[in-house]
Amino acid sequence: MHAHHQDQTKKLDIWQKLHIDLPLLLCILSLMALGLFVLYSAGGQDADLIVRQGIRLGVALTVMFIIAQIPPQFFQKWAVPVYVVGLALLVAVLLVGTIGKGAQRWLDLGFMRFQPSEIIKLIMPITIAWFISRHDLPAKLGNIIIAFILVLVPTLLIAKQPDLGTSLLVASSGLFVIFLAGASWKLIGSCIALASAFTPIFWMFLMKDYQKQRVLTLLDPEKDPLGTGYHIIQSKIAIGSGGLHGKSWLQGTQSQLEFLPERHTDFIFAVFSEEFGLIGVGLLLLVYLAIVMRGLWIAVNAQEAFTKLLAGSLTLTFFVYVFVNIGMVSGLLPVVGVPLPLVSYGGTSMVTLMAGFGMLMGISTRRRFIAS
Amino acid sequence: MAPHKRVSIRNHTAEANLFARRAFIALIGVVVMLLVLFSNVYNLQVSSYEKYQTRSNSNRIKLLPVAPNRGQIYDRNGVLLAENKPIYGLEIVPEQVEDLEATVSEISDLLSISDEKQEKFFKAVKGKRRFKPVELHSRLSDQQVALFSVNQHKYPGVVIEARLKRYYPFGDLTTHNLGYVARINSRDANKLESEGKAENYAATREIGKLGLEKYYEDILHGTIGHQEVEVNNQGRVIRTLDFTPPIPGKDLTLTLDIELQMIAKRALSGKRGAVVAIDPRDGGVLAMYSNPSYDGNLFVHGISNTNYKKLLSSKDLPLINRTVQGYPPASTVKPFLAITGLDKEVITPKTRIYDPGFFQLPNVEKKYRDMIRGGHGWISLQRAVEKSCNVYFYNLAYKLGISNISEMMDKFGFGEYTGIDIHEESRGVLPSQGWKRARYNQPWYTGETLSVGIGQSFWTVTPLQLAQATSILVNKGEIKTPHLLKATSQTTYLPGQEIPTVKVEAEPYALEDRPPIELKDNKNWQIVLNTMHSTVQKLGATAHNAFKGHKYDAAGKTGSAQVTSLGEDEKYDASTTREDQRDNAMFISFAPFDNPEIVVAVAIENVAKGGGATNAAPVARQIMDQYFGNREIVSQYKDKNHPNHDAHFGISKAGTE
Repeated sequence: MHAHHQDQTKKLDIWQKLHIDLPLLLCILSLMALGLFVLYSAGGQDADLIVRQGIRLGVALTVMFIIAQIPPQFFQKWAVPVYVVGLALLVAVLLVGTIGKGAQRWLDLGFMRFQPSEIIKLIMPITIAWFISRHDLPAKLGNIIIAFILVLVPTLLIAKQPDLGTSLLVASSGLFVIFLAGASWKLIGSCIALASAFTPIFWMFLMKDYQKQRVLTLLDPEKDPLGTGYHIIQSKIAIGSGGLHGKSWLQGTQSQLEFLPERHTDFIFAVFSEEFGLIGVGLLLLVYLAIVMRGLWIAVNAQEAFTKLLAGSLTLTFFVYVFVNIGMVSGLLPVVGVPLPLVSYGGTSMVTLMAGFGMLMGISTRRRFIAS
Repeated sequence: MAPHKRVSIRNHTAEANLFARRAFIALIGVVVMLLVLFSNVYNLQVSSYEKYQTRSNSNRIKLLPVAPNRGQIYDRNGVLLAENKPIYGLEIVPEQVEDLEATVSEISDLLSISDEKQEKFFKAVKGKRRFKPVELHSRLSDQQVALFSVNQHKYPGVVIEARLKRYYPFGDLTTHNLGYVARINSRDANKLESEGKAENYAATREIGKLGLEKYYEDILHGTIGHQEVEVNNQGRVIRTLDFTPPIPGKDLTLTLDIELQMIAKRALSGKRGAVVAIDPRDGGVLAMYSNPSYDGNLFVHGISNTNYKKLLSSKDLPLINRTVQGYPPASTVKPFLAITGLDKEVITPKTRIYDPGFFQLPNVEKKYRDMIRGGHGWISLQRAVEKSCNVYFYNLAYKLGISNISEMMDKFGFGEYTGIDIHEESRGVLPSQGWKRARYNQPWYTGETLSVGIGQSFWTVTPLQLAQATSILVNKGEIKTPHLLKATSQTTYLPGQEIPTVKVEAEPYALEDRPPIELKDNKNWQIVLNTMHSTVQKLGATAHNAFKGHKYDAAGKTGSAQVTSLGEDEKYDASTTREDQRDNAMFISFAPFDNPEIVVAVAIENVAKGGGATNAAPVARQIMDQYFGNREIVSQYKDKNHPNHDAHFGISKAGTE
């Protein structure tokens, strides 16, 4: 028994030396594997698509591994300059960015195209965690207000591109830090009240017509079934017709016969639901819950306020992806461009996410060093 | 070193507890939101499952209509008169062709396809999905088919498509009976819609427009089938899920004898006229031909404007079906007037009158002249019919009066539809006091009764009516409605087979017959029939020459109708009369005398010389010669593929024995 225990400790040490959190990695890998299966079905059984996605996953895992090797204190130290550079890049995008799909999101560096808002997804929690953790928790009101401003500026810059999905993710990653830092319930309550009061003004003056249209479509997709309502109607048909057991792999008619749009990217959850049914959906949600629980466990067990806040924010932001994507695909939320994390086809946001997981793993595997 | 110092004074435990509490609250929030997501999906996948499954199926499953094959039409001996022949179109699936323009131009050079068709093709391509075939040529000749087949391997995505089109192998010989089918136009479509038949025609391109094709449209058409297919979001067919085969239309077997029809055409060649031959025993029409005719096949493919104008403007009026068109019956009505006279007891078979060459009404100067100057002298009914003596019938008509005449003629079906199974029939005109009042708002004049007595005045009858009236005469009052359809038969699908198996269940076909004509004394029928017999048999009688040497004991009556009225003393001379005002030649006949099997009525317009005896009677004779002669079977016309070939033949034999 004793030998066995020792053996296990030794094994744990290997993963720790590699800065890999094994439970988290297993969850991530299982989601990725599942993603490849669904993608094979959604993409019309295109092997090339799987190869391309496989390469992306490899790149993302490598990025995660590299980031995990960097001590969290490094990010803490470089928070301010990185934040400033991030802001500069966002401004640059608005000034000289290239336009794709009706939005100005890209910077053309000559040899590659680069999306600064993706980096901000990481910079934001680092910066706010750095700022808040400079002082004792719970954070003071004055600091919270400053933190708010730090969140608001890049959020608005991204919203201006316009990229509602990313600005939502960026804002929440900052706000989660503030919440976890113990902002008083009174403050949180009044913020929510203020936000609700602000909604009509937001609707009337700040939202663009196409954004309003998305909300209206959500409320009544059948009004324009072949136009704006088409995506959501077909998506709901795909999910609903899957039933309890699903139509089984490669047999989803909505996806195989191409009634479902964007089926290998943002709407891949509909493909999954159609083919694997409610049972599959339940299992998928449990895997996501496991990742969230592991992330929060890492955060709670982190040694410093900065790492706690950073780990907590990264985890909760990951869940925002899940909630917004599934909510949108199943007709609860308006359509915003957020992929289903670790499953949807696509490179950029996958790399960012995995970088985040790299940070989580770095935090997870360093607590004992600090403790000793 | 300051930051380190600050960290050291922080209350780590309090901070950790605060953070743990917040993290726990966040976890609860996450769980709640996951439950929201799950319950929403539960709602879609379990509570509303039926609804979304239905919608998913209606997305992907489409019903494609499959047109039934139209029933074929056979003559009484099983000769195919209307069939469905494959025609070949050239279709291109744009997405399967690498360079569409180059391919089209190469194929067009190969098959000499016009620029016009190519332009039409490219226009059609623009409006269609790329996987839907587009037609480049709708009717390839056999040569074009062969030429393309040899080169087909060079052109993937270009295919020859076979489609069934109605074809009438005898062309103009049968058009006035069969009619034709042509493309369903908007009027047809509206009619089908209002009759609730539109669904059954969803895949049908043509519909019966005339003749039997129109009259028996419902029988010939059949019932639509369906192919249940799975389609993708663009409507491309992925696979067939289910197939309900169409039920083909019933085949028609006609009473018509195509050989008699051919003889009729030959006998009428170069003339405008019509022949109707009926089997008086059942009313079955043996021959019914109107000359000149036209080829119904022209209409099946959509007749060109120039061709249609040619048909419309031809002074021979080929579009008119003369077998059901009114003509002055002239002396062919004399036997019917004789029956009337005998039945009303105005005359007896022994009654003789004196014919001085003319007839005068009491106290009227005007002389109604006979054909022969000087007249026939003393003349009986029999001789009056044999010689077609007008004065005898002026006298008879005068004695009968118009009411008696029109009453009896109405029973013989004059002025009424015979009820034959085509829609093109006209009623002709049976004049009466009431008719003249209604038509011209004028009283009836006695002089007009005299004209009616010799089948002139306002009276017009169709050759079909004449044949029908003659049938009634030979049947001694019994009325058999004339008809072209003898029987229908159904081609059926046996269970589990996709190719139809022919299973003929001949259904004998009968129209409702009207009640018979009752005479006071039935012997009078035979008396009148005898007069017609001697008209053919007796030397010097009007129809004797035409039937010299025949072997089947025929009877008949000639007629020569004035088309234009002459002055009292004017003499008709065909050579000085305008062609379209020359006399019409008429003839009615039947044979064998004792047990008639065939009745023939002939009408020929504007004959150059002579009248019914020299122009119409010989036509009837040719028909009868064919009917009674050594009937060689024109086996080359028989449909060898018709499985019930012998059965049809059997019916025919049974019918003519």
